[in-house]
Amino acid sequence: MKLDNAFSALADPTRRAILARLAKGEATVMELAKPFQMTQPAISQHLKVLEDAGLVVQRVEGTKRPRRLAKAGVEAMDRWLAMLRKALEKNYGRLDEVLAGMEPKKKRGEKP
Amino acid sequence: MSKMTLKTEGDKYVVVTRRFAASPEAVYRAHTEPELIQKWMLGPDGWTMPVCINEAKPGGKIRYEWSNGKGAGFYLTGEFLELKPYSRIVHVERMHLPDLTPDNHIETRFESDGAGTLMTMRMTLPDAQTRAAMLATGMESGMEASYARLEQVIQAGCGL
Repeated sequence: MKLDNAFSALADPTRRAILARLAKGEATVMELAKPFQMTQPAISQHLKVLEDAGLVVQRVEGTKRPRRLAKAGVEAMDRWLAMLRKALEKNYGRLDEVLAGMEPKKKRGEKP
Repeated sequence: MSKMTLKTEGDKYVVVTRRFAASPEAVYRAHTEPELIQKWMLGPDGWTMPVCINEAKPGGKIRYEWSNGKGAGFYLTGEFLELKPYSRIVHVERMHLPDLTPDNHIETRFESDGAGTLMTMRMTLPDAQTRAAMLATGMESGMEASYARLEQVIQAGCGL
């Protein structure tokens, strides 16, 4: 997954590490806090950013709130960015031709 | 070597850069003169832009209509906020599908770069909710149709 590209949420190394951990399976805040040597509120704060970005979801299991990756969110973002890139490359390829046609004459391009 | 870069900036923006072998004036004009815009801002092959209104002045209106010649179509409306020939354009736009998409605020800069131009476009990223809504629609009613539609949105929305 090219998470680096996706969100500012991912600019933070701790959040990237949390996602990498969640990619292996769901985990509670307590389970996440341990390896990162961070307090639970600090982890919760990061999780909130990831949840707001649509990257992580939680479910309710008794008193626990295990978090897992929101695959759809990540894929939607990657897909959106991929389509954006494809669309722009197509348009700009066409624009190159338009520019090649207009530049020498310095007037409105009459030919493609 | 890719001429184009595309990256997210924060969770709110997408920044695209692209180099062109033409002067900033030419690239700027290709973004503001309807007869030029109609030649390239078309998205997938087979689509045309039969209506192109581009009043390149502050407060000026933008209206682009696309058609695939087979009955499918959609349009975009917008307004110019600032224009500095031939270096900067700021505008807002939204798609009509016919449902309205949220306003996309776009700043486009044109800078001399050797013999050519470096264009930098900074646009609003659809928020997680909007993307989720688009995706949810797609999952319920057929991925293909929805992605085709989403692709239209993106192609159209990102020409400028």
